[in-house]
Amino acid sequence: MIDFLNSIIVLLNFIIIPGISYGSQLALGALGVTFVYAILRFANFAHGEIMSFGAMITILFTWFFQSQNIGLGILPTALLALPIGIIATILLCIISDKFVFQYYRYQKSVPVVLAMVSIGVMFVINAIIRIIIGTETIKFSDGQKFIMKAKQFKVMTGLNEGLALKSSQVITILITILLLTFTFWFLQKTKTGKSMRAFSDNEDLALLSGINPDRVVFTTWIIVGVLACVAGTLYGLDKSYKPIIYLNLVLPIFASAIVGGIGSPFGAVVGGYVIAFSEIMVTYAYKKFFVYLLPSSIEPTGLVQLLSTDYKFAVSFSILVIVLLIRPSGIFKGKVL
Amino acid sequence: MKFERYEWLAITIMISLFIFVGFIQGWSVSLVILNMCIISAIMTMGVNISWGYAGVINFGVMGFLAMGGLAAVLVSYPPIAESWQVGGRGLGISFALLVVLVIAVMYINKTVIQKRNRYILNSFIIFFGILFIRHFYLNATHNIEDVNPAIAGFLGGLGLPIIFSWIVGGLFAAGVAFVIGKVALGLRSDYLAIVTLGISEIVVSVLKHEEWLSRGVKNVIGLKRPVPYEIDLQNADWFINLVTYLNSSKLNNIIDVGDRQQVLNNLIIDGSGIFVKLSYAILFLVVMLIIFYFANKAQLSPWGRMMRAIRDNETAANAMGKDVVKQHLIIFVIGAAIVGVAGAMLVTLDGLFTPSGYRPLRFTFIIWIMVIVGGSGNNLGAIFGGFVIWFSWIEAAPLTTFIINQLTVGLEPTNALKLHLLDSVPYFRYLFMGLILLLILRYRPKGIIPEKVRHS
Repeated sequence: MIDFLNSIIVLLNFIIIPGISYGSQLALGALGVTFVYAILRFANFAHGEIMSFGAMITILFTWFFQSQNIGLGILPTALLALPIGIIATILLCIISDKFVFQYYRYQKSVPVVLAMVSIGVMFVINAIIRIIIGTETIKFSDGQKFIMKAKQFKVMTGLNEGLALKSSQVITILITILLLTFTFWFLQKTKTGKSMRAFSDNEDLALLSGINPDRVVFTTWIIVGVLACVAGTLYGLDKSYKPIIYLNLVLPIFASAIVGGIGSPFGAVVGGYVIAFSEIMVTYAYKKFFVYLLPSSIEPTGLVQLLSTDYKFAVSFSILVIVLLIRPSGIFKGKVL
Repeated sequence: MKFERYEWLAITIMISLFIFVGFIQGWSVSLVILNMCIISAIMTMGVNISWGYAGVINFGVMGFLAMGGLAAVLVSYPPIAESWQVGGRGLGISFALLVVLVIAVMYINKTVIQKRNRYILNSFIIFFGILFIRHFYLNATHNIEDVNPAIAGFLGGLGLPIIFSWIVGGLFAAGVAFVIGKVALGLRSDYLAIVTLGISEIVVSVLKHEEWLSRGVKNVIGLKRPVPYEIDLQNADWFINLVTYLNSSKLNNIIDVGDRQQVLNNLIIDGSGIFVKLSYAILFLVVMLIIFYFANKAQLSPWGRMMRAIRDNETAANAMGKDVVKQHLIIFVIGAAIVGVAGAMLVTLDGLFTPSGYRPLRFTFIIWIMVIVGGSGNNLGAIFGGFVIWFSWIEAAPLTTFIINQLTVGLEPTNALKLHLLDSVPYFRYLFMGLILLLILRYRPKGIIPEKVRHS
């Protein structure tokens, strides 16, 4: 019985909790991509950089608050700076729309052209970030690091295996729940949310019913800005902030959005968790888990690992390819909000 | 073929840029930039063939380049007999088993009709098959990686002249492109972009981590050159005579014998570097012109006309009896093969293979900027884009330093803002690239040298 509990704790500690927090970050990112795709109808390659920009502004203000000795006690100071980061990110989104994307929307350009344009925006934001903050790895989480340390847990329960709970993980999960609830409530219950859904479902019909497209697009960028900034900051808080990582993060985010069914917000969230869990589960070495479960005579000798951790990145695309082959429209048939 | 006046203008600009740099920064720098420009131009032509001719998007440039680089290693590196001895059999067995597995899956797909049974059976067989193969495979690769890990630890290559790898690189890339095309070409263009980008990441991560194949992140160095080495040239009589002959007027003015020998030695050292770079440039130029010639021929042929028809209206072309899916696959493979050739040439030029150097920003998105800026659908435009963008990518740093120094001339040299800006000079090139792309897309969406509209 103890062995069984131990094996469960191993799973919780190394797969489930990291999976949920990484999945939440991906889900928030994928939700942003899906919003752009559903309303503005293009694949936004700049999304990773928008996330990075939000995180950067948050970091700059975190430093400012830290130098002024303003803090939140046990919570990281970044939470205090987050609202400012969100506002800056929203501004960035709206400015890039006004100066860049709007023109092509009025021209009714094909999606590929808009995707190219978003690559240009990606380069520009990327350069701005590097010029302002450089390329160094930045750790900006402060306050209490662990809610529960592995050792505390061992003493508390008397088990062999420890369960560590980082505060950044808990914060990630709580904020994600909050934000997702709000987003879905907004889409289902408010008038603006309904008009957005109508617009993404059938643009012409929505225009005929008197929905103002500029307003819908404006609201979309606000939501995208909030989601991107929060996702970027949470990722930076959980791991560490490094500008290059966000470019690499774009692909798992796209994979999440497409796997869930691009254009479907619920799908994007599910896709985020699917990608996160498969990345972790496929590359985790299960030896410890089986050592507890199986009798010692048939204990595994190897690491019992499907793929080495080097391939973490490749797993998400493999899933993307498989899903596109078997079910091109994603798990939840995408296209409308 | 005949060029229009503005096309001659573009060619003149390209040539004069290099002459300009040659006089300002030295001929060596100019030739280094020229070599990379030619390689970039070939990559750009490869992308341009699939995107410009047929509208098939290919964001997998990085992966195909890496395949070309792998070919350069596998063709030119001398074989390592010991590695073959310890691991060759295991690898052979696992490869044979893999073939059996693929055949089994194909057989199941043919015979089992019910969809759900097929999926279950397939995943069952693939899962256990891979577990079984891994046993042999990991043993073999482990043994290979243990052979002299500091300098070897991989299978080595064939030991042939590296120039053959340019063709092999094209074939490798074509093979990978064929598989990708079979899987992904039915998708919508923006999905296709993401999928090709993703698969190219997979290709690079395989190259990074399969050390038995190409040493992975440990890199392969010291690949043999197709051109002479500087040190050999400096000791060759014909080269010394050539340098003496070319600089005879300058040397005759120096009366002192010792001084003259000193000057001559310096000239020979400089000259050998330039000679090597020049020979690379000539080799690359030949390849570029061959590809350019055939790409233009193909574009003007009935096949090229069909490609344009497919690009402009897929449904209509389909209705006229053209096999759109097949043609898309063909042109995707051809484009990828040309990129693969460029990848092999890139490794040849560097003399080393560094898988971790393949990054999407540098090797996929920049190439796409070259295509868009140069003019998709026009081969000369592609070359022009490759030259201009690579040139500005390199020259952006000195230019930015100059501009920042001019703008902050009133500030003290220890001013924090000035120092910070000077520190971030390398990042300004990304800003330039983004702005160039955005401006071109806005004000000249067809590129600097647009495709010629043909009515034939």
